[in-house]
Amino acid sequence: MSRSSAPAPAAIEARGWGWRHASRLRPAVEKLDLRIHPGERVLLLGPSGAGKSTLLHALAGVHGGDDEGEEYGELMVDGVAPSAARGRAGLVLQDPDSQVILARVGDDVAFGCENLGVPRDEIWPRVRRALADVGLELPLEHPSSALSGGQKQRLALAGAIAMRPGLLLLDEPTANLDPDGVREVRDAVGRVLERTRATLVVVEHRVDVWVDLVERVVVLGRDGRLIADGTPGVVLVEQRRELLDAGVWVPGVPLPGAVAFDVTGQATAATESGSAGRSAIEHALTARGLAIGRRANAVVQRGLELDVAAGASTVITGPNGVGKSTLALTAGGLLRPLEGRVEASAALASGLKREPIAWRSRELLTRIGTVFQEPEHQFVASTVEGELAVGLRALRLDDVAIAARVHELLERLRLDHLARANPFTLSGGEKRRLSVAAVLATRPSVLILDEPTFGQDRSTWIELTALLRELVDDGLALVSVTHDAAFIARLGDERIVLAASTAREFA
Amino acid sequence: MHTTSPTTPSAREVAPKRTFRWRVVDIVVAAVIAVATGLLFLFWNNIGYAWFVAADAVTPGLGGIAVGIWLIGGVLGGLIIRKPGAALFVELVAAIVSALIGNQWGIETIYSGLAQGIGAELVFALFLYRRFGLTQAILAGAAAGAAAWTLELFVSGNLQKSAEFLALYFGTVVVSGAVLAGLVGWLLVRALAATGALSRFAAGQDVTQRV
Amino acid sequence: MSAETYSVPQAAARLRFIDRVNPVSRLAAAMLLTTPLLLTVDWVSAATALVIQLVLFALAGVTLPTLLRRAWPILIAAPVAGVSMLLYGQPSGEEYWTFWLARITDGSIELAVAVTVRVLAIGLPAVLLFMHVDPTELADGLAQVWHLPSRFVLGALAGARLVGLFIEDWQAMSLSRRARGIGDHGTVRRFATMAFALLVLAIRRGSKLATAMEARGFGSEVPRTWARESRVGWPDLVLVVLAVTIAAVSIASAVWAGTFHAVWS
Repeated sequence: MSRSSAPAPAAIEARGWGWRHASRLRPAVEKLDLRIHPGERVLLLGPSGAGKSTLLHALAGVHGGDDEGEEYGELMVDGVAPSAARGRAGLVLQDPDSQVILARVGDDVAFGCENLGVPRDEIWPRVRRALADVGLELPLEHPSSALSGGQKQRLALAGAIAMRPGLLLLDEPTANLDPDGVREVRDAVGRVLERTRATLVVVEHRVDVWVDLVERVVVLGRDGRLIADGTPGVVLVEQRRELLDAGVWVPGVPLPGAVAFDVTGQATAATESGSAGRSAIEHALTARGLAIGRRANAVVQRGLELDVAAGASTVITGPNGVGKSTLALTAGGLLRPLEGRVEASAALASGLKREPIAWRSRELLTRIGTVFQEPEHQFVASTVEGELAVGLRALRLDDVAIAARVHELLERLRLDHLARANPFTLSGGEKRRLSVAAVLATRPSVLILDEPTFGQDRSTWIELTALLRELVDDGLALVSVTHDAAFIARLGDERIVLAASTAREFA
Repeated sequence: MHTTSPTTPSAREVAPKRTFRWRVVDIVVAAVIAVATGLLFLFWNNIGYAWFVAADAVTPGLGGIAVGIWLIGGVLGGLIIRKPGAALFVELVAAIVSALIGNQWGIETIYSGLAQGIGAELVFALFLYRRFGLTQAILAGAAAGAAAWTLELFVSGNLQKSAEFLALYFGTVVVSGAVLAGLVGWLLVRALAATGALSRFAAGQDVTQRV
Repeated sequence: MSAETYSVPQAAARLRFIDRVNPVSRLAAAMLLTTPLLLTVDWVSAATALVIQLVLFALAGVTLPTLLRRAWPILIAAPVAGVSMLLYGQPSGEEYWTFWLARITDGSIELAVAVTVRVLAIGLPAVLLFMHVDPTELADGLAQVWHLPSRFVLGALAGARLVGLFIEDWQAMSLSRRARGIGDHGTVRRFATMAFALLVLAIRRGSKLATAMEARGFGSEVPRTWARESRVGWPDLVLVVLAVTIAAVSIASAVWAGTFHAVWS
């Protein structure tokens, strides 16, 4: 407990502060008056586009200069402009992959200290201390690319606290993590705050992750103005309606369909039984003695058995790196089985060979659809409607039929106002809806989803699970790779748990 | 919700008053463009570039037709980053990365990266880093091609080849640079701007605006 | 087929001596060794340099399999360059074959041999010297030993490190094209959609990375310190002297043999 090395916690003051990005007409944040006292721990909430990240970036002094936007009013950390107080604030961002800076763990943590001009003798003790604080006790030469998502986020946290900041800024640091990763990062932040007493501002949709750690909740509205400020107990109750509308996961509010759960833990209510009464099960896909891997010399699992029933939802769960996505891609006819085979039912194959990997790309469209974890990996068109039509055109449908189907999907997934927009410009929830809609367009009999609810807000989650349930009840065979306990509760008719190198199957 | 701003072409091509100092995002994105284009060439080689190698050897300089696409990095760098040295930096980083990955031309790769980068850079400098339109893109691509041709005279010993070969090769390389690096690069930047990926750059702020 | 073949520094056998030399000195050695060879197109200088290089690399521990695995692109490129010179090199002496602009003559044959050996002599040292170069150490050397601007060196290093992610992006996109029904035809078109998406993702990631770096104080006016020192010592000096010597001996032997043929003459 070398408290002496911890810097004084920072104070924040905004007076009529605002910021407009150069590419936007309206300011992201407007007329903000806010005071945060040294050592306070604040959760910042609001709908997407409310300027939460903008505020965090500004506090870290990294929102760019005059050529990137226009600033109004005053924003100060310890009485000076944030850009003049580099090192006072440590910022951790959402995407684990884009904030690993250097190739070795030790170098990455040392990076901030080097930039602040900390003498060499002092850097390495700081690095070791920071790594210990976040519970990442790895060799300093360990390659940073070999870390899991949760470890990468803790590495970023270590890099931030090695600078000894008085203000810790977290921009959805756990949104892209599985439940284990979420716990790791939250616990690390807790330990760090315990030791340093730094001021904390965290932005996060999943409120229950942070609610025990913060003492104050600030809510920004859609137009970037402050709409609520107080203790979690008060704000989360008073602003419940607004927050739910904004897609925030307010703790304790049951999901429609009455499945109660807590995000970091297990589903607490029984699943609705979608699998009842399916006595004569026809398996759309089966696999026996399956070995999977992305390359012939890299088998991640062998001896797998798999039965995917039509009219039921199957979830594949298990820890990171056991090959869940690889299994999904293999079942979907995209990766070649390294041993054994994946077989489609006669009905599904409808005249083709039984193995999906032998089908042509176009023949997959009406049979097995695969939605990738990263929507951007599957985008190929320059407009939303074009994206929806890709598969339909490959099937050589006529223009009238294509237009009708596209229109139907646009409405069904509330994308009609975005028909002409470029898919890459959509928000996270919109991208997810588009990626699912584009695959549903050709009405596949089997649908495979890789982490469909990852990082999604509550509104998109509800919409997506309702749609999927409906499709399954209509006879779709659904397979989802997921870590999401609530999703499993809602759609885990059949569960496959992959463990390291062996597979067990649950019915 | 998306509208394209009614900017006139001339307003689009002229950069507003900006500082010439490189921001961190300029440096990192320039490097990323260099790496990504370098990687794309490797993938492209995989898909079916071998035939070109053969054509390059056997035809009298007509192999130059496809050379332009290799020069696209500098044009992209210049058009997106819009800072002095951007075209040069992108080509140089791309060359160093491919030298590290191990390609056949060894240290020459770094020299040709330098030469091609300087070729494109000269054009942007000639317009005082104020204009980044189609004209500049095409000229930069052509200049990069001409620079590559000049360097090869010495480095590949091309001065020992016949005048007819050199004339044909010059023509194809320059035209190819203008079209495949210049025109394609310019179209690519416009398409990139439409995705919002360039929102931190003037190149992205000019073309599209979100309301 | 797979992109992994490009994922850079594979663990390979260690090299004696060379591994102890700072990457910037290896870069300097490669430049000092090969740049003078660019001045002449003759087989004697190229062959002399090549033979000395092969002996020295063998002493350093480069085995034939290593050589073939690392240098195969050069082994292909060399005869290709030779064929081009054979057909279009300055004609002189007796003419053996001609077709449109292509003429094979005594002169072009000699030039073709020279150029083939020259590509090997120039290409090999760079490939083998850079074999184990760690980009981090190269960047440390460029910034600390050569005093290039650290903002640019480290920015480039951090950007280049994303290459592993880009390869993963590419693989996922290849699979997704098959899933989307456009995997059967149109290789070029498909490649274009993937290339474009890769650039979008790359620029996005680069922008985020830049923000993360700035948040750690990168790019400010404060003079930077270095957690690890990049050093040069006697092995560096030896390698550089060796490089200069090889170049000098090669050029001298060509002059002595009377085959020196300046590239501009």
